[in-house]
Amino acid sequence: MSGTGLWWAVVATCAGCYVLKLAGLSAPRRVLDHPRVQRFAALVPVALLAALVAVQTFAQGRALHFDLPRTAGLGAAVVALLLRAPFLVVLAAAAVVTAVLRHLLA
Amino acid sequence: MDETTRSSAVRDGLGVGIAVGLAGLAFGAAAATAGLTVAQACALSVFAFTGASQFALVGVVAGGGSLVAGTAGALLLGARNGLYGLRMADLLGVRGWRRLPVAHGVIDETTAVSLAQPDARAARTGFFVTFATLYLTWNATTLLGAAGVSRLADPDVLGLDAVGPATFLAILWPRLTGGGPDVRTLRLIAGGGAAAALATTPFTPPGVPVLIAAAAVLAVVLRRPA
Repeated sequence: MSGTGLWWAVVATCAGCYVLKLAGLSAPRRVLDHPRVQRFAALVPVALLAALVAVQTFAQGRALHFDLPRTAGLGAAVVALLLRAPFLVVLAAAAVVTAVLRHLLA
Repeated sequence: MDETTRSSAVRDGLGVGIAVGLAGLAFGAAAATAGLTVAQACALSVFAFTGASQFALVGVVAGGGSLVAGTAGALLLGARNGLYGLRMADLLGVRGWRRLPVAHGVIDETTAVSLAQPDARAARTGFFVTFATLYLTWNATTLLGAAGVSRLADPDVLGLDAVGPATFLAILWPRLTGGGPDVRTLRLIAGGGAAAALATTPFTPPGVPVLIAAAAVLAVVLRRPA
């Protein structure tokens, strides 16, 4: 992957994310009142986040791939969430379980 | 506004800002693992400053995916900040050029803390305290995480590849377990989105399956208006 291409993606993401924030703060009020805008706003992040969880856990490039330590790490995150653990504890649980299993299986 | 309300807004802002800000370590680490330079990781935290989008771009880069698809995914996730802005505009009451710096702080955590306050002045206090604390912590920890991992031979040994999906799951979780009337729909959407993304993974470049999941939702929304 070319370094320049990566910089373009970084710059486009930075500029785009800022413009989106500013657009929301500056938009006319009636945009918010549109029911489809509200519905889209509630649903799209859910679909995107769920898709990201699935892909980053089970995909390796274009191949579906079951990685036991990583999957177990995500399982640990679920347990931590069920126990209402703080955000950081959830992330730490995922990393620690993945690292320990990977070490044991290596 | 009484002092208790104000100090409780400050406390919320500091707590959320520091706790979530520490996750910048995970972002910096994930970015360096994916092959971004320390400067690129820091640029994202300074100028994009919205965790989910940053993780999304880095995740696609890590999977060897198309940068266009990665950027599109990051921007789609960033679009929800625009929707927060619509809600926050009245509450923050900023006009003219002041909107330029304030807009940068309109993200998940600042909106959540602000909307949880009992009155408008406490809401503004909560917003600015969260923004300042989170911005400083997130950027400092991004630098530490990225610089630390770029010295490691194999970051997967630390289990950092599980932190990205765990982050998304933690952001998603309250939406799927809340008691709202929509919670069944949201669970269906989440399940459908995950399934659509995995089903299309073998046939499309990395990054695209996530966009397909979003497009599927758009189709549902347009067919069944609220």
